Amino acid sequence: MEKKKSFKERIFGLSDTNLLLIITIVVFFVMYIGAVVIQGGGFLKPQMFFNILNANAALIIASVGMSIVMITGGIDISVGGVAALVSMSCAVYLDKQNGSVGGAVLIALAIGLAYGVIQGFLVAYLGIQPFIVSLAGMFFARGMTTIVNTAPFNVQNEAFVALKETRINVPGMGSLNKKGVYVPAYVEIGVIIAILVVIAFFLILRWTKLGRSFYAVGGNAQSALMLGINVKRTRFLAHLICGLLAGIGGFVYFLHVGSGSASHATGMEMNAIASSIIGGTMLTGGVGNVIGTLFGVLSLATIQNIVSSAGLDQAWWTGITIAAMLCLFLVIQSVVMAAKKRALKNR
Amino acid sequence: MKKKSYANKQILIPLAALAALIIFNLIMDPGFFRITLGTNNAGNPILSGYLITILDYGSELAILAIGMTLVTAASGGQDISVGATIAIAGSVILKVLCGNNTRPDQLQAPIIVAFLVACLVSAVFGAFNGALVAYFKIQPMVATLILFTAGRSIAAWINNNELPIVSDPSFSYFGGLIPGIPIPTPVFIMLICVVVIFLVLKFTNLGLYTQAVGINSSSSRLNGINPTFIKFLSFVILGLCVAVVGLIKVSRLSTINYSVIAKDIEMDAILAVALGGNALSGGKFNMAASVLGAYVIQFLTTTLYKMQVSSDALPAYKAIVVILLVVLSSPVVREGFVKLGKKIKAGSVQKGVA
Repeated sequence: MEKKKSFKERIFGLSDTNLLLIITIVVFFVMYIGAVVIQGGGFLKPQMFFNILNANAALIIASVGMSIVMITGGIDISVGGVAALVSMSCAVYLDKQNGSVGGAVLIALAIGLAYGVIQGFLVAYLGIQPFIVSLAGMFFARGMTTIVNTAPFNVQNEAFVALKETRINVPGMGSLNKKGVYVPAYVEIGVIIAILVVIAFFLILRWTKLGRSFYAVGGNAQSALMLGINVKRTRFLAHLICGLLAGIGGFVYFLHVGSGSASHATGMEMNAIASSIIGGTMLTGGVGNVIGTLFGVLSLATIQNIVSSAGLDQAWWTGITIAAMLCLFLVIQSVVMAAKKRALKNR
Repeated sequence: MKKKSYANKQILIPLAALAALIIFNLIMDPGFFRITLGTNNAGNPILSGYLITILDYGSELAILAIGMTLVTAASGGQDISVGATIAIAGSVILKVLCGNNTRPDQLQAPIIVAFLVACLVSAVFGAFNGALVAYFKIQPMVATLILFTAGRSIAAWINNNELPIVSDPSFSYFGGLIPGIPIPTPVFIMLICVVVIFLVLKFTNLGLYTQAVGINSSSSRLNGINPTFIKFLSFVILGLCVAVVGLIKVSRLSTINYSVIAKDIEMDAILAVALGGNALSGGKFNMAASVLGAYVIQFLTTTLYKMQVSSDALPAYKAIVVILLVVLSSPVVREGFVKLGKKIKAGSVQKGVA
């Protein structure tokens, strides 16, 4: 007869990925409910939630790429720089050279792909530490952005502005405004792209050979090699995907702000890493989930919203809260994993 | 004997880079090396020229490189929060010197007190990084990412986002000139730091223990070294180095700009360690090579500035240098070189036999 498992045993019996995912989702809901309690009904309006999505679609896309790299045990801190470079290049192409929107998309993809290929090659095939490679990548992108164009400016290109202003109404969601008129909730195009990216990579990570080999390489590269997985190629592909998603994220960011500036997406790499960690991706690799990452971004955005609507609007509070949250989650992960190890040992 | 030849080889890397830069500048414009002795506005003698600028600003970097080398060797990672922590240390110094008044007529506390408080504060922040790395086993670069984000915010918060200005002339000695001595003071501060670290490495086991922990943490523990403490200690030492640089930085301006002070300096400090031929994955280190590496980096920066590269675009060029550097020192490429070298050697030996 099987002994009934205790709650603790059942919790620690989960895989690392699922355990951390559950923690993340719980934290997000606690935080959102906390926001509703502290800030009142504002957070209950659907549009409030969709605004968070609108503002953070680019971050979601970049964070998915970051999570994949982190699952394989690497890191990429160039995503913010790439996003800024993409914004500036597209802005210059659209405004100063009268380019088409399609061309701008191609530019964004090309920049992202170039970053992914070069960084992936350096990391996977030359064995250089990913942090150093992407640190150099970040500085290169930031420097390159000012070389492309120094002064920030708004894009006036008509086709682009039309695309930027496109709003997609969410069926069944909406609220009455002050005049009592029903206003449907809307999302921007970027959100659709972001959700598609999350779903695609959730499926890839879960049910494809490539996805499983990301986990295997991150968990233990040596055993992955012995199982016949091409470790170098897997790492290369992880960085390739991350670079490509950084390019797409950069374009979505550009679509949201509609301008080019060298100071765009400052700290985006930090937010992407923080979101991934909060979403339960472990820095040591082998553990993580893009659904968790999505919730990580939402948690981060919610806390930023609480901070700014609590009147602590000074820029430094955002930095301090994100850092504090990141620190908290790093410590929680470290402690939970140690506790789990101990619990499994004693069984 | 073998060990000595290794050390000699390592210092060749920054020396070769330095030689390349010198030759480049000789070809472009020999005027780069001109040094003139003049007098400044206050009537004190002053040496000026690009080389003096390199010595002056390179000294900050050299002091940071000392701490960064230890952190790199012990933990196998780098501290990317140094720029932000310099902002905190500078902010603390100004807070102590100015009190609540942002433009005091006289100093509210002796400079040495302000400096000691800054040392304490940055040692605490170093300890915070060190604790995350050593006790919670978080990757150094990610652990220091926390302060990298929050540091400048904390610095602004310490002074309530105001910009205190110190008018006392004696405060500017640390980053400028002491009257009567034409050489910039940071050079002397750097010399003091180098002598201190040299003595520490010579008369204590710190160097040996750090290398042992960096090479193999668990086997060093089996040999009776406490790796956790060594890693922790290296971050605290870096914190002290940061306080010294913070003093020089705020002394240069007599005030502070939270978002600009020591911006991107972490990149240069890491680069100095890498250029010194130290493995960024930890283990053996050569302090002299790191210090020399710091001056080479500053040489590169000054050269780029002289070539009319704007300060915003500077990182792009430096990034290319970093990538070249790490590619050349990557295991794969190095192995290729070794193989090539062996082939050439074998070929020449065969020729000799024939």
